[in-house]
Amino acid sequence: MTLKIHQDHSRFKQIVRGKIKANLRKYVQKGEMLGKKGKDAISIPIPFIDIPRFKYGHKEQGGVGQGDGEVGQQLGPGAVEPGEGQQAGQGEGDHALEVDVTLDELAQILGEELQLPNIERRQNEKIVTQKIRYTGINTTGPESLRHFKRTYKQALRRQIAAGTYDPNRPIIVPMREDRRYRSYKLQNLPETNAVIIYMMDVSGSMGDEQKEIVRIESFWLDTWLRHQYKGLESRYIIHDAVAREVDRDTFFHTRESGGTMISSAYKLCRDIILADYPKSAWNIYPFHFSDGDNWSADDTRQCIDMLRNDVLPNVNQFAYGQVESPYGSGQFIKDLREAVGDATNVALSEIADKDAIYASIKDFLGKGR
Amino acid sequence: MPKSLTPRLEALRDEIHGYAKEFGLDFFDTIFEMVSYDEMNMVAAYGGFPTRYPHWRWGMEYEQLAKGYEYGLSKIYELVINNDPCYAYLMESNPEVDQKLVMAHVYGHCDFFKNNFSFRHTNRRMIDDMANHATRVRRWIDKIGVEKVEDFIDRTLSLENLIDQHAPHIRRNPDPKKAEEEVKANERVEGFKVDREYMRGFINPSEFLDSQRKRVEDEKQRAKKFPERPQRDVLLFLLEHAPLEPWESDILAILRDEAYYFAPQGQTKIMNEGWASYWHSTIMTRRALKDDEIIDYADHHSGTMGTRPGAINPYKLGIELWRDIEDRWNKGRFGKEWDECDDLRARRSWDKKLGAGREKIFEVRKHYNDITFIDTFLTPEFAMEQKLFVYGFNDKRNSWEILDREFRKVKSKLLQGLTNFGQPIIEVVDGNHENRAELLLAHKHDGQDLKGDYARETLRNLQSLWRRPVNIVTRYDNKSVMLRFDGTTHSEKKVEL
Repeated sequence: MTLKIHQDHSRFKQIVRGKIKANLRKYVQKGEMLGKKGKDAISIPIPFIDIPRFKYGHKEQGGVGQGDGEVGQQLGPGAVEPGEGQQAGQGEGDHALEVDVTLDELAQILGEELQLPNIERRQNEKIVTQKIRYTGINTTGPESLRHFKRTYKQALRRQIAAGTYDPNRPIIVPMREDRRYRSYKLQNLPETNAVIIYMMDVSGSMGDEQKEIVRIESFWLDTWLRHQYKGLESRYIIHDAVAREVDRDTFFHTRESGGTMISSAYKLCRDIILADYPKSAWNIYPFHFSDGDNWSADDTRQCIDMLRNDVLPNVNQFAYGQVESPYGSGQFIKDLREAVGDATNVALSEIADKDAIYASIKDFLGKGR
Repeated sequence: MPKSLTPRLEALRDEIHGYAKEFGLDFFDTIFEMVSYDEMNMVAAYGGFPTRYPHWRWGMEYEQLAKGYEYGLSKIYELVINNDPCYAYLMESNPEVDQKLVMAHVYGHCDFFKNNFSFRHTNRRMIDDMANHATRVRRWIDKIGVEKVEDFIDRTLSLENLIDQHAPHIRRNPDPKKAEEEVKANERVEGFKVDREYMRGFINPSEFLDSQRKRVEDEKQRAKKFPERPQRDVLLFLLEHAPLEPWESDILAILRDEAYYFAPQGQTKIMNEGWASYWHSTIMTRRALKDDEIIDYADHHSGTMGTRPGAINPYKLGIELWRDIEDRWNKGRFGKEWDECDDLRARRSWDKKLGAGREKIFEVRKHYNDITFIDTFLTPEFAMEQKLFVYGFNDKRNSWEILDREFRKVKSKLLQGLTNFGQPIIEVVDGNHENRAELLLAHKHDGQDLKGDYARETLRNLQSLWRRPVNIVTRYDNKSVMLRFDGTTHSEKKVEL
């Protein structure tokens, strides 16, 4: 048997890649991939990769099934063969085939398409982490790893052998000796670690539209940096006049009113870095998004001082994204540009709308730092 | 790389082989090969064959299979090729009891391949031919370039289901007699043979030659109304009449060959899977199973027989129908007397002790395909026992729901799904539509509309082979329409029939 399928497989992947590349700008702007993200992969609808035929729409057709239920009873989701017009929707959209692409591949495609340079790692020290690999079945182990099915099979087997199994009253009681457990091995994986510290202004002037832009953009930043570093942590800071650290979900869904003191966020960011991420072991990426309104010139001055003295010397790159909003003056980016715009590890980007995300990603990641 | 069986498995194979023979199964030599799960996925992606022509969709298939296996969603247990000898694969990592079950199942398939009438005309040297196809396509790729060849294959695959599913055999070349006549007609225009050049004007006066030419021209014109009758084998029609390059014809012929090879498997899915399942279960439970294997066997077997509400599992439906037939013929539950008996109690305890069940199922496996199988042997009692129902889509609730449990409707829906392999019936009606060398197809509408976007894309592909505008008459929402693609734009117009 020749293993020519590998050629066909890579050809398939190449085609998928081509389609994704061709549609990348659309994917980036729409943010439609965010909802389809799994743990390491994302399922992307690829138009026209399957082979069109003269055929019936399944919805039109219906079919014969098997099982209990009254006439009129709904069949549960997933009961009917998937893929054929289950979701309402007409026209070309129906035609798409969902393809799983790993985030790593997606990052590669993003990198090729935007011509992003690989990041020069500031810290090359390897930190070793351990990963669990499940390798087999054992008769001992922690309860949390008990293999339910194997255990019951073993018990059923024993009961039948002992003649205590009654098919009319099929009750199976596993005993100590029946229990089966997954066994595992620990593997050492070397890692280069990096942390992204996201900061966002959630004061009243940042609307849903602006936050959506931040959400989409951060997805791509995450994806790229995760591709570059094996171990990536993320921290989230929201601020209006005061700053606090939150989880990812809160980060994207909080809306406060009140004024804006950006310095509060930078202060917290600095504290987090000092406390948890020694420069010697971590590649550090603070990203800050706001609409460019700050409370006072005085606060802006504080921000710049803090950036110069505490943040920039410690991080790979500091990035500021200014999302246009109808309420903001958009002053902050100008101040930053004037004060630290020349620094090599500062990236500034103005994001007018969703269409601008594509270019903005390049602003942030194009320096390869 | 596949390996031959271990001595232990060889012994098991001999044992199962013995049981299969003992029960009267009759099959070609069957060669088992051991593969790893990854190799299994590869072979499965190729439809069971070790070699196929290069194409990305095998890669897509492979990716889906490999993912399904990794996530624990699916696992391929058996793979058999209809070939003489039959080839089948065993997965290395499977426990012994699974291997026995698979072997027994495989012998069931091989018996079916050898004996069922649908397979009578299939190519039993398909393994070799598939390898030859691969070589031919690779050669064309070397000459023409991978992009062009792949593109052409994509387009042709789009038309792959447009064959005459029930054609008893493949006719690859146009009728030789007709071709001969054509040549003769052309000769006639040259006039009679002339020995002495100065006599030519007298023997073949120019008026005579002109009239001859005109007649031939007229005949040709008339012949251009083709095909004479609507032709189901659209691929053959294209092969004979589309302006294809030699390499295109070759690839089209290859794909058509393969489509015909697989057609009988599509037409006998329920019977064939049911038959193999019937035999693995019979051989295992009556002969091969050891006491300590029962649980694993039952687990595996019930996994195969699992149903979900919105689909028919051919393994399950098939095995139950075979068992039902056997039971009915054992008990004499057929014929006039049985049909006319209205007494429920009598029916329930009906047993004429005929014992003709085994013989009957062997006969049925010879002469039926899924359609005639269901049509003849699906009974109201069976449909009720098996809890069959018709489901459909409810637009208001935006979900699938059970529509009906009435026997007649269940049966007709089931048959509808099997007719032409569940594909729309499409014919070439005219290869010179409007006298402009346009292609006209007709969809024999049976109450179900074509999927619109797919139809348009398919027309696009058809046009690229025909190279002139293509049209198809079909119905949407009860109105006849003609879809058209002229090479640049799609259009649609109402037609009166």
